[in-house]
Amino acid sequence: MGGDNRFLGLWYVSPYLIGLVLFTMFPFLASFYLSFTDYDLLTAPEWVGLENYERLVTRDRTFAKSLRVTLTYVFTTVPLKLCFALFIAVVLNYRLKGIGLFRTAYYVPSILGGSIAIAVLWRYIFADTGLVNMIITGFGGEPVNWFGDPGNALFTITLLRVWQFGSAMVIFLAALQSVDKSLYEAASIDGAGPWKIFRHITLPLITPVIFFNLIMQTVQAFQEFNGPFIITNGGPLRSTYLLPLYIYEEAFQSFDMGYASAIAWILFLIIMTLTLVAFWSSKKWVYYAGDKRN
Amino acid sequence: MVDATDMVPATAASREPATMLAPKKKRPSRAGAIVRYGLLIVVGLVMIYPLLWLIGASFKTNQEIFSTPWFWPQNPTFQGYIDGWQTSTPYTFGRFFFNSLCIVVPKVIGTAVSSTLVAYGFARFDFPGKKLLFGVLIATLLLPDVVTRIPQYLLFRELGWLDTFLPLFVPQWFAWEAFFVFMLIQFLRAIPREMEEAARVDGANTMQTLIFIVVPMLKPAIISVCLFQFMWTMNDFLGPLIYISSVENYPISLALRLAIDTTEAFNWNEILAMTVLALTPSLVVFFIAQKYFIEGIATGGVKG
Repeated sequence: MGGDNRFLGLWYVSPYLIGLVLFTMFPFLASFYLSFTDYDLLTAPEWVGLENYERLVTRDRTFAKSLRVTLTYVFTTVPLKLCFALFIAVVLNYRLKGIGLFRTAYYVPSILGGSIAIAVLWRYIFADTGLVNMIITGFGGEPVNWFGDPGNALFTITLLRVWQFGSAMVIFLAALQSVDKSLYEAASIDGAGPWKIFRHITLPLITPVIFFNLIMQTVQAFQEFNGPFIITNGGPLRSTYLLPLYIYEEAFQSFDMGYASAIAWILFLIIMTLTLVAFWSSKKWVYYAGDKRN
Repeated sequence: MVDATDMVPATAASREPATMLAPKKKRPSRAGAIVRYGLLIVVGLVMIYPLLWLIGASFKTNQEIFSTPWFWPQNPTFQGYIDGWQTSTPYTFGRFFFNSLCIVVPKVIGTAVSSTLVAYGFARFDFPGKKLLFGVLIATLLLPDVVTRIPQYLLFRELGWLDTFLPLFVPQWFAWEAFFVFMLIQFLRAIPREMEEAARVDGANTMQTLIFIVVPMLKPAIISVCLFQFMWTMNDFLGPLIYISSVENYPISLALRLAIDTTEAFNWNEILAMTVLALTPSLVVFFIAQKYFIEGIATGGVKG
């Protein structure tokens, strides 16, 4: 097909091309430019050079705090979520009856979890007189101050994300099911136990999917907004004040577009650096079938 | 506005061997099965209980909500729904549902049509710069929205589109979410081209081939695209928060947030009732079309 006209294909992809220029490339470059300006929407952007970045790195204590909180959140949430997703996928990957029912039950939270409604639910579940404290006191424990204590507050946000492990789990499950079963048989004939088989056969074979989930979940966790905005509104003492909240407040409440763009670019550079490190390191630990490298 | 930058690691082909090999899979021992079931049931209950409690509590009186963690309401009442539906604004919740519909419908249709056209262009034609453009498509899968959001806002502000629904769905008419294009390309690659070539020999042009041959074969994938876009749009909060300012234009997500700010602190059943209503469209669609989600995610790979 094609061949009739070299430009026919271009005609079909033209919507993407237009959208790419208008809604991705232009904004991408514009935000880079804005990050070097002072722009309050009222007067034209004023070039200030590196001032925004300098202020962020050396003087802005809110930024330092927010960055710390963001990194803590990402580096606890992503590993927890992925380990849990993989663990449940391994448990599910047997010929059990009713596997579909469990898969659905685990998957529903990840479909709904990003919504405001679930964030609202979370707020009421962890409230002082909410469900969780009622259960704790029911077992004779002391009620926990979930939102008043900085350590606990971030934990509730993390828990909301881990609760949505279903989509990562479904991807793991699909990968586990495509592992060639004859490898397991060969290994068990050679006397390998279940843990050895998992460690030395299953795990290496699903590294591409682990890699994929790791990158996607990390990029996504860095952009978490709904949870902290609705559940804790960044508090207490900014203990859940993730960078996207800071960007939102600088841009759309203080209308400090230049400064907000600079924060957004730092966040982007962090995400990009981590992604590149992951891709670079993947040569060492991700196994692709048919690859002769190892 | 959806932070959906997703990729497709496994192709459709990898599904087939799994089902073919399934019968060979070893049955777990009896004790092993009991341990597995026990674990799955306990985890499942912990996962689902918050939702059960939510639904139950929305039919309780406030007094009962605070007195027991058990989810089943003793004397079910619709009072929460009746009070909550009125809201603290001049509008009822129905208005906010209608606003959400006004965003979802053009967004889903625009996404499906434009993504199909673009995926067809990439999967079936050669054109100058195709490799480069496909590389860009992959790169934008990983581009966080946070870095484009502010200038997008400035652009729509220049166009005078603030406080309208336009910024929330017009980008999607231009296949803006690369994930969906990528997903459709993956599906198209797995579909043999013989039928299309036959249609072309019979004199159909490429557009007719797309509409009458490709789209029917691609239907499950297009349905997956529509469903995911529906869910993500219903969940979207930051987009409306930035662009919609007057209450009469609020979609459900903003209305719910307004409700928690304006309802009296102890009227939990009103809020929880409206929360249930806000989740209902997504839940209904999910249970009707479950298999498209699971298939889309298993072959696609979508974050949740």
